[in-house]
Amino acid sequence: MMATAASRYDWDRLGVIPRATPRQSDLMIVAGTVNAKMALVVKKLYEQMPDPKYVLAMGVCVVGGGPYYKWGYSVVKGVDKVVPVDIYVPGCPPRPEALLDGILKLQQKIARQTLAKGEPVDKDAYQVRPAIPNRKGAYAEVKPLN
Amino acid sequence: MAQKALETQDMLLNMGPQHPSTHGVLRLMIRTDGEMVSECTPVVGYLHRCAEKIGENLRYEQFVPYTDRMDYLSSMSDNLGFCLAVERLMTIEIPERAKAIRVVMAELNRIASHLLAFGTYGLDIGAFTPFLYAFREREIILNMFEYVCGARLTYNYVKVGGVTRDVDKRFAEMVTNFLAIFDDRLKDYNELLSENSIFRTRTLGLGIFSPEMAVDWGLTGPNLRASGVNYDVRKAMPYSGYEKYQFDVPLGTDEVGKVGDCWNRYWVRILEMRESCKIVKQAMEGLPAGKFAADLRKIKPQVGEAYTAIENPRGELGFYIVSDGSETPTRVKVRAPSFVNLAIMSEAGKHQLIADLIAILGSIDIVLGEIDR
Repeated sequence: MMATAASRYDWDRLGVIPRATPRQSDLMIVAGTVNAKMALVVKKLYEQMPDPKYVLAMGVCVVGGGPYYKWGYSVVKGVDKVVPVDIYVPGCPPRPEALLDGILKLQQKIARQTLAKGEPVDKDAYQVRPAIPNRKGAYAEVKPLN
Repeated sequence: MAQKALETQDMLLNMGPQHPSTHGVLRLMIRTDGEMVSECTPVVGYLHRCAEKIGENLRYEQFVPYTDRMDYLSSMSDNLGFCLAVERLMTIEIPERAKAIRVVMAELNRIASHLLAFGTYGLDIGAFTPFLYAFREREIILNMFEYVCGARLTYNYVKVGGVTRDVDKRFAEMVTNFLAIFDDRLKDYNELLSENSIFRTRTLGLGIFSPEMAVDWGLTGPNLRASGVNYDVRKAMPYSGYEKYQFDVPLGTDEVGKVGDCWNRYWVRILEMRESCKIVKQAMEGLPAGKFAADLRKIKPQVGEAYTAIENPRGELGFYIVSDGSETPTRVKVRAPSFVNLAIMSEAGKHQLIADLIAILGSIDIVLGEIDR
C-alpha cells in the first residue's frame, strides 16, 4: 500500500488522499491480517466513519483468511465477518496495480449508486448468472453465401 | 518554573492501533498531561498470526513463505535465517554460488529496507518529499527482485539448500546500473534530510540510549551500533560467506549529535546503505560458477536443536528450531529483533513531548509483522 501511495503508482492522481482519522474519511482500506484482537478495533473504526462509507479488503488474509486459514487460531477468516466489504483485492501482497484497479472499480461502483429515497441503491444489482449463458438471439444469424 | 501556573490533570491516552505514525498496528498507552508524556507502554498483539504454531504443523519447505510475512520489509533475510537454521541441523554443504547469491539478495534487501525506514522516518518528522524519493529507488530494487523471483515483497526465494532460481546476466546488468546511480542519490537524500536544519533540530540529542542501556535492554542492529557498541552478527558470527567481503560497520559518533541519539540511529542506517552497496559489488563481481542449490531429496534434519542468528536490517534475527527427526519441526521459535527493540520505548518515552515520542519510535524502526509474528 505504501508503494501505491509513493511516486511510481501514485494514487493521489485518482483522488485518494490518506486521512489521519476515520471521522473524515470515506474509504477504509483494511490491509493485512485481521485477528480477533484487531477485529474489535476495525469494527469501532468502521462505526466511527460517517456515511457514505466504503470498505476495501486488501490482501487474501482479509478476503478469506489467506495462508492463515487452516492453522491460524487467532486470525479472522475474512474481514467481511466484521464489517461489510465493497471491494475485494486479492493478492499476497496485492501488487500496487491491483490496488489501483480495486480503487477504480470502487469508483465505478460508486458511480452506479443512486441516492434516491435517502438510501444508496445499486442500479445494476448483482444478478445470479447461469453457468452456461444462453446466447440464443445474441448474434445475428449468419446467412450462407449463394 | 518554580510553580505551575495551571494545574493540569494526567490523562491515560491511547495512541491506538490505527494511527498514521505508528508503524503498523502498535498501540501505545500514554500517560500525559497534554504534551508531556510521563509513561508509555507499548501494547502489541494486534497482528499475531500464529506463525510459530503454524511451524509445528507444516513441513520445513512449506514454512518458508510464512517467514516472508513476518518481517515483510526484509523477506530475504527472514528466509535466509530460517534456511540457515535448518541447514545447521541437517549439516549439509551449500554451493558457493548459492552463498554468494544469498548475500547479494540479503544486502539488496537491506538497502531497500533502510530506504523505507529513511522515507517513513521523514514522514514521521513531517517531511513528505524524502518518502517519494526513497520509494523511487526502492522500486528499482523491487524490480530486480521481481525479475529474479516474481514477487515484489514476499519473495520465498531462499530455500533450504540454496536458492530457488539462478541469476543471469540481465540481473547482473540491473545491479550494476543500480549501483552506478545509487551513490549520487544518497547525496541527494543527505541534502534533503540529513542536512536539513529542521530535521536536525528535531533529532539531535533526542532519545539518547547509552551503550549500557542499549545492551541491558537487548537492542541489536543499527540501534545498538548507534549507541557505540560494535556488534554486528555479520562480523561476530559470519554466515553464508560474509567473512570473504570487506566492509566497515558504521558506529554512532559524536560528530553530529550525541552517541545514541535519534540522529545517530538514522545516520548509521544511511551509512549502512553505502556499505551494503560495497558488499553487493564485491559479491556480484566474484560470483562463482556452479550450482545454485544443493540436491536434496527430502528435508529431514536429524534430532536436535539449532539456533542461528543473522543480521536483519532491524537487528539480530534468530531462529531456534527443535527437530525430532521428522519432516515437520517440533518447535520454531523466532527471536524477532523489533520485538526486543520495542521494549525500550517504555523507558525512552518518559518525560518526552508527544512529537518527540514519535520521533524516537520512528528511529527504532520496527515492523509489526515481526513483533507479533
